[in-house]
Amino acid sequence: MEQFLTFGIVGLSTAAIYAVIGSGLVLTYVTTGVFNFAHGAAGMLAAFCYWQFTVGWGWPVPVALAVVLLVLAPGFGLAVERVLMRPVQHLGEAERLVMTVALLSGAIAGARWIWDPNVPRPLRVFFADREPFHIGPATVTWHQALTMTVAVAVAAGLWFLLNRTRTGTEMRATVDDRSLARLTGADPLRAGRVAWILGTQLAAVGGILIAPTVALDASQLSLLIVSAYTAAVFGRLRSLPLTFLGAVVVGCLESYLTGYLPQNDYLPGLRLAAPALLLFLALLLFRHPRLRGRDRRLVQVPAPPLRGTLVFAASTVAFAVVLATVLGEADLVTYGTIFPLGIVALSYIPLAGYAGQISLCQLSMAGIGAVVWGHLGSHGGLWALAAAIAVSAAAGALIAVPALRFSGVYLALGTAAFAVVLDRWIFTLPSFEVLGVRIALFDQGSVEMAAPNLFGLRLDSAAELTVLAAVFLGLASLGVAWLRRSGFGRRLIALRDSEAAYATLGGNLLVAKVLVFALSAGIAGLGGALWGMQQRSITAEQFNLIAGLPIFLVAVIGGLGAVGNGLFAGTAFVGPNILIGLASWTQNIISLLPALAGMGLGHSPEGIISRFRREWEPLGRDRIALPALLGALTLGWVLRLTDVINGWTLLLGSLVLAYALRGYASARQAPQAEPDVPVEWWGVRRPWRPQDGEVLARGTAGS
Amino acid sequence: MALLEVSGVTVAFGGNRALDGVGLNAERGRVTGLIGPNGAGKSTLFDVVSGLRRPSAGRVLLDGRDVTRFGPARRSRHGLARTFQRLELFGRLSVRDNLLVAAELGPERRRASPTVDGILEQLGLTGIADASADTLPTGVARLVEVGRALAVRPGLLLLDEPAAGQDGEETERFAALLRSLADDGTAVVLVEHDMGLVMAVCDEVYVLDLGKVIAVGPPAVIRADETVLAAYLGDA
Repeated sequence: MEQFLTFGIVGLSTAAIYAVIGSGLVLTYVTTGVFNFAHGAAGMLAAFCYWQFTVGWGWPVPVALAVVLLVLAPGFGLAVERVLMRPVQHLGEAERLVMTVALLSGAIAGARWIWDPNVPRPLRVFFADREPFHIGPATVTWHQALTMTVAVAVAAGLWFLLNRTRTGTEMRATVDDRSLARLTGADPLRAGRVAWILGTQLAAVGGILIAPTVALDASQLSLLIVSAYTAAVFGRLRSLPLTFLGAVVVGCLESYLTGYLPQNDYLPGLRLAAPALLLFLALLLFRHPRLRGRDRRLVQVPAPPLRGTLVFAASTVAFAVVLATVLGEADLVTYGTIFPLGIVALSYIPLAGYAGQISLCQLSMAGIGAVVWGHLGSHGGLWALAAAIAVSAAAGALIAVPALRFSGVYLALGTAAFAVVLDRWIFTLPSFEVLGVRIALFDQGSVEMAAPNLFGLRLDSAAELTVLAAVFLGLASLGVAWLRRSGFGRRLIALRDSEAAYATLGGNLLVAKVLVFALSAGIAGLGGALWGMQQRSITAEQFNLIAGLPIFLVAVIGGLGAVGNGLFAGTAFVGPNILIGLASWTQNIISLLPALAGMGLGHSPEGIISRFRREWEPLGRDRIALPALLGALTLGWVLRLTDVINGWTLLLGSLVLAYALRGYASARQAPQAEPDVPVEWWGVRRPWRPQDGEVLARGTAGS
Repeated sequence: MALLEVSGVTVAFGGNRALDGVGLNAERGRVTGLIGPNGAGKSTLFDVVSGLRRPSAGRVLLDGRDVTRFGPARRSRHGLARTFQRLELFGRLSVRDNLLVAAELGPERRRASPTVDGILEQLGLTGIADASADTLPTGVARLVEVGRALAVRPGLLLLDEPAAGQDGEETERFAALLRSLADDGTAVVLVEHDMGLVMAVCDEVYVLDLGKVIAVGPPAVIRADETVLAAYLGDA
């Protein structure tokens, strides 16, 4: 009984923190309509800053608390509202979601840059020198008592704010109808600002309170928030009392699992994954939503011409051949990953671009593909690659079933929870048997990846694996282009554009969603297997949720409707590593790049590829510039192969020439500007036009 | 026997009853009008009949079969198709692809392309077949929705304000289309604010007000009904 009570106290203390963080999340969501994936990251940054001030610089605790909670947290909240969220407020839910995912990814990368993750940073609990007190048989530390008091104070404070102040009334009015609230004299902008400030402060309070009881680690702290998300989902992202109740359920569940879960090799991960599992269940218990009507803010999905896609696929392979022949083995291990990671990014096109299903677990699907190849492909047989695709596809189909009940932010949350369950629990399991079949995953370590065997030819070198991955990327791009033009592709776009219309025409949403989840997971699984082959050995951490976010962001920046996104995303994700060759300190900047680019999404919601295509199309059509460029590139390649020039000269020379020829082609194809003919010569030096009469009449009337 | 039989359908939003014990029949070969002021519950009734909304009470029978618990897709397979008051076109697809999606889901999926070509021609949409659906003016977009519904070769067609945004000549052509559909054996239910169109094409008219059917009868009778005049026509 004593043990039960003690675990109960621990659970309630943790619950108090989840409640504080979760209520901040709900406050922001209901007032601004933004589900902040980076809410936990804000708490994480606050905890790191608090450590820096108190332990790093030796400031007194009250001063450090005041600076973090009253200066930094509100400043961060305001900056996020002003710089990141306001530019995308007029865009769709997906864009706002991407922005907060970018912020999460950027905050983790930034924290790892500032605070070396290899240095331990212990943080003392509050009132550590005071003796714990007893309530009956249970022992309560002062830190636990403090957290629970803070939660009660937050609950009371929020109640007072929302029900007894003008700002609170404005916030509640903004929730119900933003434009209507404005008509009554309320200021939704101000209400939003207050929500961001308060929300970030609550995240900071939670982060500082929880950090002493866990390791101060950027991604772990950011992901602890999964528990707070679960609490918020209990409150359906709207109700603060239910959020507090949800927090109690999650906190106590975690605590009792720690205390009473049987000790064996299979269950420790379950405790870590329990909040994510609970999040998944809570999402499933949501009332079944009505079918979505038409969404009017969708990214266009142009049907790619067959010839153009064939040229693109061939160019992808040619690019790989050039890389494979000019780069050394060590460089190829880095840059060869452009192609398999490009395949993983390509998997977003049918899923998110066509069918509008935002999934944050595509890298986990890649992990499944990789692990299947690792175990079945030890002899290199390509049938194992087919098995990797099939098993990943089956896992994807599994996610699709609950996805029928989710959409938008809930789907993103559900898939994030799935990724967390996989990397915290499933991927950590030792091998086990199901119906007599032994299933091995990462075997609590790393998995060796064999080279594939193509018709008796062992593709063992980095160059061969690079070209193989490029061939598959080319084929996958062709497949996705064909899908866009097929009946199934049309149906996917249709169900995204209007689920209601699609269903009333006889379309089966479940079948379509299961198929597209399976298809895209299969593509991701193929990418994962090919990536693993290049890495030679893989671990579970390489496929976790946080690792997958930058790939998702780069794919979104490219444009989720563009078939060329595979090669773009792979190149944009891996390419910047070239900077490390110039200066090793650029590594941190490189890990920040996807997040920074994601935050710029508001300026180019259609994606970069469509702009890129517009800019380079004149070169592709030019009968002089294009052959000149191809000839020069071939010459440069031959010169590099014969060691006449080095790799840098080839790269820079190609870029300069390509841009110069692009300018030349654009100038040649620009419509000839008509010389400005003075009005008295109209009809003499140039033909008379029907509209000239009206122009003259207006000009005369205006003078 | 009527192809569509709706009886005692009730839908409540909180304390308000959007529909209160509504009954409606639609027969093959006839155009049935459904009129009423804004907020009377017409579109809600269409949502109930097409399976997008579950009623709290009442039944929907399609060709004698109780489909009240069927989802929208299953009802479509029993020959039901509809258009929407708030346009629900597939905005990122072309006009032709909008119709193709429907035809490929319908009974004529094996000859979807010629079916679509035929409908495009019938509705005079061939010239804009390759235009993106989200670039269309409202009147044309509504016609595309009608075409998309026709592509599943429905036995029962629910049209929610299909003529809104059409000029006089277009409305006349549309009236002729409705009559020819009915003559081919389709049961058409028409929600429309254009009283001229309703009175010209409907065989029977239901008047809905505040969630209740307040009058049923041929257009000539409805035109003279004082309750209707007070509730609806008087407002016009």
